[in-house]
Amino acid sequence: MDMTYIQGILMLAGINLIAVLGLCLLTGFTGLFSFGHAGFMAIGAYIGALMTVPPSTMPGSIGGLGLPFIFGILAGGAAAGIVSWFIGRITLNLKGDYFCIATLGFGEATRLILNNVQTFGGARGWPGVPQYSTVLTVFVVDVIAVLFLANLVKSRHGRNMIAVREEELAAQIAGVDVFRYKMIALIVSAVYAGVAGVLFGHYMTFIQPKMFSMTKSTELTIIVIFGGLGSISGSVLGALVLTALPELLRAFDIWRLVFYGAAVIVIMISRPKGLMGGMELSPAGIRKIRAERRARLALKEEAAREAASGGRS
Amino acid sequence: MSVDILEIKGLTKRFGGLAAVNDVSFSVREGGISGLIGPNGAGKTTIFNLITGVYKVTSGEVAFAGKRIENLEPYKIADLGVTRTFQNIRLFKNLSVFDNVLTACHMSAKYTIPEAILRLPRFRREEKLLADKARGLLEIMGLADRMDVQANNLPYGLQRRLEIVRALALDPKLLLLDEPAAGMNPDETEQLMRLIMDIRDRFTLSVLVIEHHMDLVMGICEHIVVLNFGQKLAEGTPDEVSVDPKVMEAYLGSSGGTAC
Ligand SMILES: Nc1ncnc2c1ncn2[C@@H]1O[C@H](COP(=O)(O)OP(=O)(O)OP(=O)(O)O)[C@@H](O)[C@H]1O
Ligand SMILES: [Mg+2]
Repeated sequence: MDMTYIQGILMLAGINLIAVLGLCLLTGFTGLFSFGHAGFMAIGAYIGALMTVPPSTMPGSIGGLGLPFIFGILAGGAAAGIVSWFIGRITLNLKGDYFCIATLGFGEATRLILNNVQTFGGARGWPGVPQYSTVLTVFVVDVIAVLFLANLVKSRHGRNMIAVREEELAAQIAGVDVFRYKMIALIVSAVYAGVAGVLFGHYMTFIQPKMFSMTKSTELTIIVIFGGLGSISGSVLGALVLTALPELLRAFDIWRLVFYGAAVIVIMISRPKGLMGGMELSPAGIRKIRAERRARLALKEEAAREAASGGRS
Repeated sequence: MSVDILEIKGLTKRFGGLAAVNDVSFSVREGGISGLIGPNGAGKTTIFNLITGVYKVTSGEVAFAGKRIENLEPYKIADLGVTRTFQNIRLFKNLSVFDNVLTACHMSAKYTIPEAILRLPRFRREEKLLADKARGLLEIMGLADRMDVQANNLPYGLQRRLEIVRALALDPKLLLLDEPAAGMNPDETEQLMRLIMDIRDRFTLSVLVIEHHMDLVMGICEHIVVLNFGQKLAEGTPDEVSVDPKVMEAYLGSSGGTAC
C-alpha cells in the first residue's frame, strides 16, 4: 500500500465525515432520520463545480465561473442549506416516518433531475472539475466542522434539539419551538452535506449524478448509527472505520461487501447503541460517564440499604 | 379582592362524536391552589391539553392573565408562563437529572446560535447562569445529590418530582399538575402536599392540580372543580364540594372513582 492510496482513503473518510457530522446533528441529536442527504451532497458538488470550473472555451465543454475554491465551498454549502429550508417547510410538519420517506423522495428526485439536465452533462457527468481538495483543506474543514458541532450541541440550542429527540411533547411544553429546532438541525446538516459534496467533487475531479444515489444516503445514515446516536466522537470513528473498511477489504474482491455487511452487523449486535453509545471521547464526556456511573452505584447502594432496613423493621 | 389568573369559558373539545369536554367554565385564582377532580375519563387531562395548546379547542375561550391563549402553539403558551407535568411521566429519559432541568432553563438565556458556535462571551456568561439556576432549583427541591443520575434510573416518586422541577425551571406563573401523587404511598403523598404548598409560596405561582387522592385535594386546594362526562358537575370549597349530593352520586355511581 503506497502513501497516495492511504492518503486517498483518508481524504474520502474526511469528506464523508463532514456529511456524517451534519447527519449526526439531525439524526443523532434531533432524532430525525434521513435517506436523502446524498441529494444535498449533489447540490453542493454541482454548485461548487459551477463556481470553480473555468469558463468554457471549447464548444461542448461545460464551463463555470472560474472562482477560487473558497467560493465553491461557500456557495455549495449555502445552496444545499437554502434547498433544505424549502424541503423542511414542506416536510417537517409530517410525523416521523413520513419525513424519512420525504427525504428519500428528495434525494432520488435530485439525482433524476441532474440525470436529465444536460447543462451539467446529464447522466454522463461533468468532467474537468479542478483538483482543489487537498489533505490539508479536508482536514481543516473537518476540524472546523467538529468544533462548530461540539459547541452547538453543548449550548441551549443543542439541548433543545436533544429534548426534541427525547420527548417531543415535553420539549414543547418546556417552551421549545420544535419546528424551528428541527429546521435548524436540517439546515445545518444540509450545509455540512453540501460542503462535503463540494470537497468530494474537487477530489474526484469528475461528478456524476449516480455518485449521489440512495446508496450514498444510506451509507451516511449507517455510519451515524454505527458510531452511536448522539455522539460526535462516534461519528468520527464511524466515518473512519466504515470508509476505510470497504477499501481494506478490496482484496476479497466480490466478497468485500458481504464482509462489510457482516462487520456492521456484528458490531451492532455487540453494541446495539453503536460504537460510542451516546458517549463522548472528550475530557468533559469522560467526566460525565464517570459521574453517571458513580450516581448509579450510589442509587443502588441506597436502594439496598433501604431494603435491608425495611426488612429489619 | 382576588384576581383570576386563568379564566375558562364554555370550553368544548370533541373527538369525533365524543364531547370529551363540554361547555366547561371555571377560573383559577392568582396565587391559589385549585383542584380539578372527577372520575376516570371525565376530561381532566383533556382540559390540561387544551390549556397548554397540545389540543386545539373545538369552541370556547381560555384566557391567561387576561390574554386569550386558546389554539396558540404550546411553546408560546409556555413562554407566557403556563407549564405542566404529565399524567404518564414524560422526562428526557436518557439525560441526567441535571440536564433535564438545564434544558428547561433555556428561556433564561438569550445567546444566539452563532454566539454558541463561536463560544463568544455572552454564551459563556449565560451558560454559567443557566447551570447555577438548574443547580439551585435541584437543591431547593432536594434532588441535588442525584444530579448525575440518568432520569429513567430515578425511583418513580423522584421522577414525578423531577418533572415538577423541570416545570419550575421555566419560571411559570401557572403550574398544572396532572396526578402528581399517582403511584405514591401515603407518606410520599403527604410530602408532596407540603412540597406543592411550599412551591406556591416560594415561587409565587398559582397551581391547578388534577388528583384522585382525596386527602391531597381536600388538604391543599382552596377551590375545587368537579367534572363528570366532560361536564362541570360542581365547584366550590372542599367543604362545599364534599357534601354536594351530585358529586357524591357521580363518585359512588362510577366504579373506582375515589381511587385509593
Ligand atoms: N386524543 C384523543 N382522541 C380521542 N379521544 C380522546 C383523546 N384524548 C382523550 N380522549 C377521550 O376523552 C375522554 C376524556 O379523557 P381524559 O384523558 O381527559 O380523562 P381524564 O379525566 O384525564 O381521566 P383519567 O382520570 O383516567 O386520567 C376519554 O373518553 C378519552 O378516551
Ligand atoms: Mg387524565
